Order: sequence, then structure tokens, then C-alpha cells
Amino acid sequence: MSDMMLEIDDLHVSVDGKDILKGITLSIPAGEVHAVMGPNGSGKSTLSYTLAGREGYEITRGRILYRGEDLTQLAPEERAAKGMFLALQYPVEIPGVATMTFLKTALNSQRRARGEPELDAMKVLKLVREKAKTLKIGEDMLKRALNAGFSGGEKKRMEILQMAVFEPKFAILDETDSGLDIDALKLVAEGVTAMRAPDRAMLVITHYQRLLTHIVPDRVHVLAKGRIVKSGGADLALELEAGGYEHVMEDA
Amino acid sequence: MALRETTERVAEISGDKYKYGFVTDIETERAAKGLNEDTVRFISAKKHEPEWMLEWRLEAFARWKEMTEPKWARVHYPPIDYQNAYYYAAPKSQADRPKSLEEVDPKLLETYQKLGIPLSEQKLLAGVAVDAVFDSVSVATTFKAKLTEAGVIFCPISEAIRDYPELVRKYLGTVVPVTDNFFATLNSAVFSDGTFVYVPKGVRCPMELSTYFRINASETGQFERTLIIADEGSYVSYLEGCTAPKRDENQLHAAVVELIALEKAEIKYSTVQNWYPGDAEGKGGIYNFVTKRGDCRGRGSKISWTQVETGSAITWKYPSCILRGDDTVGEFYSIAITNNYQQADTGTKMIHLGRNTRSRIVSKGISAGRAQNTYRGLVSVHPRAQNARNHTQCDSLLIGTHCGAHTVPYIESRNPTAKLEHEATTSKISDDQLFYCLARGIPQEEAVALIVNGFCREVLQQLPMEFAVEAQKLVGISLEGSVG
Repeated sequence: MSDMMLEIDDLHVSVDGKDILKGITLSIPAGEVHAVMGPNGSGKSTLSYTLAGREGYEITRGRILYRGEDLTQLAPEERAAKGMFLALQYPVEIPGVATMTFLKTALNSQRRARGEPELDAMKVLKLVREKAKTLKIGEDMLKRALNAGFSGGEKKRMEILQMAVFEPKFAILDETDSGLDIDALKLVAEGVTAMRAPDRAMLVITHYQRLLTHIVPDRVHVLAKGRIVKSGGADLALELEAGGYEHVMEDA
Repeated sequence: MALRETTERVAEISGDKYKYGFVTDIETERAAKGLNEDTVRFISAKKHEPEWMLEWRLEAFARWKEMTEPKWARVHYPPIDYQNAYYYAAPKSQADRPKSLEEVDPKLLETYQKLGIPLSEQKLLAGVAVDAVFDSVSVATTFKAKLTEAGVIFCPISEAIRDYPELVRKYLGTVVPVTDNFFATLNSAVFSDGTFVYVPKGVRCPMELSTYFRINASETGQFERTLIIADEGSYVSYLEGCTAPKRDENQLHAAVVELIALEKAEIKYSTVQNWYPGDAEGKGGIYNFVTKRGDCRGRGSKISWTQVETGSAITWKYPSCILRGDDTVGEFYSIAITNNYQQADTGTKMIHLGRNTRSRIVSKGISAGRAQNTYRGLVSVHPRAQNARNHTQCDSLLIGTHCGAHTVPYIESRNPTAKLEHEATTSKISDDQLFYCLARGIPQEEAVALIVNGFCREVLQQLPMEFAVEAQKLVGISLEGSVG
């Protein structure tokens, strides 16, 4: 297996015939956390949806290798079973489906696809409760329908809980900080930080620097108009905060 | 997009996936084809009925001849030739009804085994007594001894007519009158078998009662009749299930169900209807034209209908409650799923006659393929019904762009103290919801089943435990054929 978790090479993506990503090249080794920052409309969400395999995001050029395997041939559910995870910017409500039921269905679908034995309800319950504790997710939230009537902060915590339960190899966090107050942000960041591991990589997509003071990235990439215009260390995030995107884009 | 693909998948699920579509090869005795007075006499004679029953039937038949088929429902089908069908079919080996399960034709037992309804009592789901109706006759009733001990009568209606004539005469046709409607009148003339339940005063029926209806013979209609009486302060929970073989022809199923709840009694009636729905092109399938009505006759009584309707080419069915006694409660919980060319026009009537009567309606309609799904309901408050309450919730879910959902609620209030609420929603499974499930590793078919089950949850929760799991699976199967 390659040490590279994700290799994106000259990626072009169009949505409804409109070119959004125009040649992205990016490599994320196992064990590292990379951040992609950029102004609104730069293509951040397009990148995350493309990586997760959402329909309608057409790769017109370039390729994506995930642990050495061509990702573009895999359906979204196959990517999930192979250890990819996307925490959505706007988690979806599924009325009538208890959170616990959803977690059990998803976890066992992934396990089944990997040829692993399914876990019974008791085992799933134990696992979820254990992970929920650190995220301060109470029993009542697990019984409620998934995300239905949850506050913004609760929804984001639920995304991180799912990440903790599925233990993915590669996680994409799409603007997980948006709509969070300081306390919720800290809680989420702690949850994410606790999952940093030598055999796991993460891509943190964000508009603001503030999340990155809690989740310190190994690399920061600036995305603008569908291209990565600058890359650097964790300091780059601070530079952006001070000078704004315009400044960096002019430099590039 | 994702939704389009789902639609295609759903369309693929033809009648081929209907796993109850087999035919049992068994010698059948039938009435001559067609319908006339002789047919009625033949059926009555076969059942060794008393004279009064035959007269009742003949009167119904005379009235039926003058009636016309109702056309107001939002369903379309070619004219039915009532002379080109059989009105009685029975397995020959049943000519003398077996006294015990050991005497039942092994082929029949095998059929029910295949359907997942084992009739030997040891293997049965603990706590569920079953009456199995095969074409026009009841072939087996289980747990009779245990029920007799509690004083509960649970037997084929043909037997009740002979053994408990005073009870049958007192209640039969008192909720659904002989002349109620075209199909009910037809049923009154030619009904063959069905279930009779009587729960005596103050008795809580010790187990779930269940009837399993199976149509096997071709070109044959099934006209069952069910009569349930819950005497003062009693409680009974009853469930019916139905399947039929796959055939190119359409078969008629016109049942009548009457429920009577006396003072402070409660009846819970659940249906899991899975008649053959026809194939992907809309060929074949059962016409399910059924009249179901409950009468909360005594003060403080309660009747609750729960139905999961996934089968039949056409469903025309409005399980209703007459809230006659003061402080009575009527409930209707419904899931109707239509796929391919299925048509369903179903709902309820809540007739508030007594004071402080309450009713609740929760209807979940799911439409896929080219199916049409209509909720039709009536909430009627009569002048004497002080403080009547109704809450109605009608939710429709559409899968794909070629199906339809329709809601036709009628509300009549003739008492100013009535409080009536009606909520309705129509939604689609969104691309966002599907993608979210996929991205979490849940394959598309399972995702649809999960989302639809979530949509129906309120109703599924009403089913007895033993059947809730089965119904949940059925919801998945009828929409995408992969589960189970």
C-alpha cells in the first residue's frame, strides 16, 4: 500500500456543464491533516462532493487515487465501506429514522461490504454510547430521528459521532465549523483531534482560520476559482486571517 | 441524478419479485361458473346453513341485481363480468372439515408453511392464534382449546352460523347493512367463509387472533366475511394477512368486516394486505374491493384500525368507525404503498354521533412507478356530538415523476363545539437524503427502504410486535425487492 492516502492529479470537475474545479493537484500522506481554505464559490464543496462520489459532479479531466486505487470507479457507498467519510456542511434530516437505527444500518452496511460480520444491536449500542460520551451526546439524542429538529451544533456533533463510530481511514470535514458557537467548536475540534492517527488522514475544508487553531493542520492549501493558488504550513492560515484572501491571491 | 436511478430500480421490481405467487396443486370443488340464485343456494347448502341464513342471502342477491357498481373512486379498470367467475372453490379434501390439525391435507399445511404461517401449534409464534382461509373455506383454526378456556369464541363464520346462531343473527349486518353498497351486498349474497370472534364480558383475549387469507383457485373470487364482537369491558387484538398466486387475470376479492364494541370494550384490528399486485406492466392482480366498518356501540368503547396495504392491483377500502356511544374513540392508521400500475383509493370515515367522541387519522401514502394513490376520507360530526374532536394527518411520499398522490378529505360538522384539524403534506425522497445515506455506506435500495420506513414509522408502531418486523420488511420489498 502506498503511504499516500489521497493523490489528486490535475482534477477538473464540472457541475451542470459548468467548470468548477480547474486542475487541482494535491497529495495527502497517511497521518497528516490538510486544510483547504478559500473564499465562497472557490469550489470547496465541489471538491468534497467529488471525493465522496456524489452524482452530478462530473470529472472531465485528471484522476483521484485513494490508497493507490482509482477512486472514480467506486460508488459512494463503496467509498464509505473502504474507509472514506464525509462530514457534511449541512447534515440531512431523516424523519422517523432513529439515530441509533441509522448508525446501526450504516455501520453494518459498511461491515457487510468489507466481508466483516455484522454487529448485533447490543454491540452497536455499546460502541455508540462510548463514543457519544466524549462528544456530550445524550441518550435522548440517539433515540430521536436523525438530525430532525437538531440544532446546528447538535447536527455537527452528530457528524463527528458518526466519524468516531465508523473509524474511517480518510475523513473530509466540509465546513464543520460553520454555525458553531465557541463551546461547540471546541467540542467538535477535540473530537476530531482525538481521531488523529498515523494510519488516518483528514481534509479539513473551512472558510475561517478559527477551527485551525484547535485542529492544527500539517499543510494548508488555498483554493480560489477552482485552483490551488498557494500551499504552506499551519502559518499560512494565520497569514490569511491577517491579510485576507485577496492578498494571497494577488501574491499567487 | 440519484433519484432517476431509484425510479428505474423501482420500475424493475415487477411482479416477478412477488414471492407468494405460487399455486398449490390441489383438487378443487367449485360451484358452477356464474352468479344466479342457484349459486347462492349451492353455497348455502355447502355450508349446511339454516334456512334463515339462506333467506338473508337470497334477499341480498335480489337487491344486488338492482344495484350498480360505484364509479366515484379514482380507479380505472375494465368492466367486470360477474357471470364469468366462480363464486365458490374449496379444496376437495375439506369436504368434511377436519376435526383436528392432524386431519388437514398435508398439501395445505405445506402451503401455509411456505407462506410463513405454520399451522402446527408448537411451531406457531407464541401467543398468536390463526384461522386459515383457503379460497372459500377455513382450513384450520389453532389454539382453540386455550381460547375456549377464556370463553373466547374464535372460529370460521360458517361454523358460527351453525353453532352460535343467536349471536350471529343478533349482530350480522348491523354495522354494514345488506344494502350498504354494491360490493357489500354482493358479499352478503355469496360470502363463503371468514372469521367469527366473540369476546365475553370483561375478558381480555389472552392472545393475538389472526386470520390468514389465501386465494388459490383461478377465476375465483374470494368473498370473506368477518364479524368481531367485543362484549362489555373486553379487549381483543386481531390481525389479518393475505396473499394470492400470480396470474394474468384479475381476481375479485370483496370482503365485509364488521366490528362491534360494546361498553368500554376495545378492538384493535390490523391488516397486512399483500395480495398479488399484478406484474410490472399492470397485468393481473387482485381487485380488493372491501367494506370494513366498526361500531363503537357502547359508551367509552374504542376501535382502532391499522392497515399496511402493499398488494392488489386496485384497492378500494375505507375502514371506518361509527362513534355511536358517548366518549368513544376511533383510530385509523394507514400505510398504502403503490408501485408500477397499482391503484389505491383508500381512507376512512369517522362518524361522530355521541358526545365527547374522539377520532384520529394518520395516513401515509407512498407512490412509485406509474401508480396512483388516493386518500379519501370523511369526518362527520352530527348535531348531538358535543365536543367531538378529530385530528387528521395525511402524508404522501412520491418516488419518481410518473406517479400520483391525491388527497380527498371531506369534513362535515353540524355541531359548533367540534374541533377538527387536518394536516397534509406531500414530499419526495430528496437527492440530499439519498446521497447522505449512500455516503454513509448504505446501498441505494436499503436507503430507500430506510427512508420510507421512517416516513411510515408512526403507523408501523401501531402494529402488534409480532407483525411489525414483517411489515417493515414488506415495505422494503414492495418498493425495491432486495430486502428479505
